[in-house]
Amino acid sequence: MRTKQTYKALLLLALSASITAVAAETAVTDSDRIEQYREMISDGNPAEFDEMRGEELWKKAAGPNKVSLEQCDLGKGVGVVKGAYAELPKYFKDTNKVQDLESRLLTCMTTLQGFTEDEVAAKPFASDKKASDISSLATYVVGQSKGIKMAVSTKHPKVKESYEIGKRIFNYRAGPYDFACSTCHATTGVRIRMQDLPNLSHNKKDAQTAYTTWPAYRVSQGLTRSFQWRLNDCFRQQRFPEPKFASEATVALTTFLAVSANGAEFAGPGLKR
Amino acid sequence: MNAKLMIGLMVGVSLAMPSFAENLDAKTAEIVKRDFRDKGIAKATRVNQDELQAACSKYVDKLPPKLKAKLEAKESEAIKFPADGKFMGDWKAGEKLAQSGRGMTWSDKAEDPAGGNCYNCHQLSSKEIAFGTIGPSLLNFGKVRGNGEDIQRYVYARIYDAKASNACANMPRFGHMGILSEAQMKDLVALLLDPESPVNK
Repeated sequence: MRTKQTYKALLLLALSASITAVAAETAVTDSDRIEQYREMISDGNPAEFDEMRGEELWKKAAGPNKVSLEQCDLGKGVGVVKGAYAELPKYFKDTNKVQDLESRLLTCMTTLQGFTEDEVAAKPFASDKKASDISSLATYVVGQSKGIKMAVSTKHPKVKESYEIGKRIFNYRAGPYDFACSTCHATTGVRIRMQDLPNLSHNKKDAQTAYTTWPAYRVSQGLTRSFQWRLNDCFRQQRFPEPKFASEATVALTTFLAVSANGAEFAGPGLKR
Repeated sequence: MNAKLMIGLMVGVSLAMPSFAENLDAKTAEIVKRDFRDKGIAKATRVNQDELQAACSKYVDKLPPKLKAKLEAKESEAIKFPADGKFMGDWKAGEKLAQSGRGMTWSDKAEDPAGGNCYNCHQLSSKEIAFGTIGPSLLNFGKVRGNGEDIQRYVYARIYDAKASNACANMPRFGHMGILSEAQMKDLVALLLDPESPVNK
């Protein structure tokens, strides 16, 4: 595995190449630059560091109950991690809820390990200063679905309802700018500044590519970002208040986006700008 | 009971009850109101929709014509034009404002002035190649249309409240929602219409 320094050097190279291109007044989009960077590191992704951290956390006894998460049921049976993410969100009988990966991890960390919900939700996302356990755990679990086809079932009425509510949240316009998710993500081939925007509601291929490449290592932030973080930061830019971590609203939106990605091979953790 | 009567009864009952879709709309609103919280300057009450936001959400931006006309008229009536009757400010200040994508997120401070966010979605100056494409290109906007009073007034109104001419437009209502001041909106009018502005060079 390459070191972090190597990744940084390669990124600089990719960016300087793109600066030359910009000087030549060629409209080089961020996607083009990232594509160059992806090719350079095609044998690795810095998100692997977070996957390893997550795997250690999964197997380590922790919390007041001093047990590991190996007894956690992510929907495919106790302890089954392989392929679990490709079927989430899913309805869980024990909680009587539709849950995405992170809300399910939260359940296991509270019921099995004995943490309180507030303890876990206090550090939902990684930052420069501190890693986030639940975020690293999520990176590990999604990595175990790499190459597996997305197959989120809407047969259960509660999942179907979650999908329908998620679709409505996607189109929910509010706040000082009147923005919804759909303001930026319901048209094909548009961008904000140089950032290409996937059409998540009317373009199957865009929806599949976007969903199957999150969580992702964000080059500009030097951090691996979870799917809950992705939604959270979209709402920030939408000028919305903050969605509560692993809340029903975020799970519903995730259900809508995950079902839209069905049929595509999961390819995360990804690599982004 | 004959079949016709039976069908008639069923239709009657289904009309009296809220539809599946309406129930889901109500449930969505309930969940959104519960699951968002204050962060920084972005208060939880921001998820409460006004009439226009609720209608555009419900109809996914495709309003029935009558409702669209009604909402546009309401927005139009609420536009406050400058008391001094002048619409053109300083295009240089306008260009700076157009470049800024800041403002009103939970990571912005209350005292930080909001930007115009213009380049996020529009091409404006030919010198700026990092422009978004959600909105139409505004390159040469004034060169093509001139800068008479009618067009000045039109542009001011469009920035103040884009929803007055298209109820479910993507563009924010910069004046109506208090995002930009009157002076800032005048600077943006100048950016689009001043013959010296890089938009028209």
